[in-house]
Amino acid sequence: MIEVQDLTKTYRLGSVEVPALCGISFRIERGEVVAIMGQSGSGKSTLMNILGCLDLPTSGQYFLDGKNIAGMNEDELAAIRNQKVGFVFQQFNLLPRMTVLRNAELPLMYDGKNQYKEARQRAEAILSAVGLADRMDHRPTELSGGEQQRVAIARALVNEPALILADEPTGNLDSRTGAEIISLLLGLNKDQGLTLVIVTHDPAIASKAQRVIRLRDGLIENGRGG
Amino acid sequence: MKFYRLFLEALESLNANKMRSMLTVLGIVIGVAAVIAMISIGRGAQSSISSQIESMGTNLVYVSPGSTSESGVQSAAGSAGTLTLDDAEALASLPNIVAVSSQTSNFAQVVYKSQNTRTRLMGVTPDYETVGSLILEDGVFISVDDQKARSLVVVLGSSVAESLFGGTGGVVGQKVRLNGQPYEVIGVLASKGGTGFMNQDDQVFIPLSTALYRLVGGFRFRGSSVISQITVKVSSADVVDQVVNDATLLMRARHETIEGADDFTVTSQEATIDAATQVADTMTIFLGGIAGISLAVGGIGIMNIMLTTVTERTHEIGLRKAIGAKRRDILLQFLVESVVLSLAGGLIGAVFGWGAARLVGQIEFSGSTITPVVGLDSVLLATLFSMAVGLFFGIYPATRASRLQPVEALRYE
Repeated sequence: MIEVQDLTKTYRLGSVEVPALCGISFRIERGEVVAIMGQSGSGKSTLMNILGCLDLPTSGQYFLDGKNIAGMNEDELAAIRNQKVGFVFQQFNLLPRMTVLRNAELPLMYDGKNQYKEARQRAEAILSAVGLADRMDHRPTELSGGEQQRVAIARALVNEPALILADEPTGNLDSRTGAEIISLLLGLNKDQGLTLVIVTHDPAIASKAQRVIRLRDGLIENGRGG
Repeated sequence: MKFYRLFLEALESLNANKMRSMLTVLGIVIGVAAVIAMISIGRGAQSSISSQIESMGTNLVYVSPGSTSESGVQSAAGSAGTLTLDDAEALASLPNIVAVSSQTSNFAQVVYKSQNTRTRLMGVTPDYETVGSLILEDGVFISVDDQKARSLVVVLGSSVAESLFGGTGGVVGQKVRLNGQPYEVIGVLASKGGTGFMNQDDQVFIPLSTALYRLVGGFRFRGSSVISQITVKVSSADVVDQVVNDATLLMRARHETIEGADDFTVTSQEATIDAATQVADTMTIFLGGIAGISLAVGGIGIMNIMLTTVTERTHEIGLRKAIGAKRRDILLQFLVESVVLSLAGGLIGAVFGWGAARLVGQIEFSGSTITPVVGLDSVLLATLFSMAVGLFFGIYPATRASRLQPVEALRYE
């Protein structure tokens, strides 16, 4: 499903080269739940961006669903993100102008199929599945944090991605709502076999994952793939 | 995304910032309205000028005195007292000529009982009825007998009759006073509907002989009475240039002048119309150009707002890219937004421009109004042009938006 080989990423700040990832390799199988942990500066955001195809590695290989991402151009990456990856962010990142329904169907607007009726039906079905059937015509600002994160999860699921990337999904939620969101994500993994990668600080969440990848100074701490 | 979807999204985001969108649109509204109003007014002026000149008759050639040149000082055209009745008689012998009329003109006070009006007094020969394409509402025009007898008779233009008698009926046979002398009204002209400085209805005609003898004062040049203009009616439009040429040569021979030092000018009506419309044309372009500048300023307003919007929505752009929007999608999103702004401005501006042109059409300039010509083409042009303005000034902000890197854009707060 995911295979990373010798991945490095170096940022250039002026004339200084700052290494963020220093050659890491691991595999994540289909249907796995993996937590990525590490202190800030450990390179986990960088890894997250590369896994999410938002950024390209400086060197190394990254295979997602059998496709090598490393050599792709911007538009090819956008298409991969659209079809293979679903993002769940700490800040929810919903568009405040649009209704919940419009937010959830947004990825389908960029899938090139232009089937708006089907998109709407699909978004409605998924919003109902995450328990927001009666909130579809609301704006995100009218919703609680937990509800907003559910909208974001619905948006991540709407394109039937192979991989869900959750970046601190409970970071802006109280512990009870956070637990609900985590169990929603784990439930999706169990019921639909979704591959789930969660970046987190919280050991309680990490403990629910099948595997933990710990990063430190751009390297994996606990050996190959944990 | 399909176009209508982009359009809806654009409306949605413009709606989110109503005040800002409205002010931006206003810039374009003013620009487009100004362009349309100016072009319409310019065209209106052009068509009213040429129709006024045409209302004086068709296929005409005018011979006027040139300017005097004393010790190298050139004075105004028409000031030389060198055109005479003999010249007119000589011109009548040229081929392809239907009629020749000599005129003097002056201003006079016309009085009927307690009513009076100041108008242009034309001393004309009987041929002027044909030459000037005059149509009589009532009575007769000046006859050859009147001309010979220096009769005290007058033919009134319709607006003169209107202001003295309150109408054109029953005017024939009445006596009016021209500069204190009594004249009998023998005819009233039908209205030509001319306006302004060339108003064909606001003048009165008396026999040329009478005018020279009693009113203008008998200046003489080479033993013949000095007149102020000779109007020649030519048999057809095809021979106008020929007649202009013949008349010039004849006059040059009579006045013993050489080319470049003529004391007369010969012009055709066509040339007069051309010159006048050319002036109006230049005015139209000039006014339209100035209005165009305000449209460009409106365009810069759009660019400014779009740049602000792109910065404000950096995070949104990052998100859209994260979930799969390609460069092109983002580019189109912002481009459609700026075109919607400018097109809305264009359409509203077209309505306002039309209204402004109509409004200007109501205002009288020295007793005349200009009927503005709002062509479909000028409306189309202004709307298309405003769209182009939106595209042009939208490209830079939209490109900037589309080039944002998703990681950095998402990090932007």
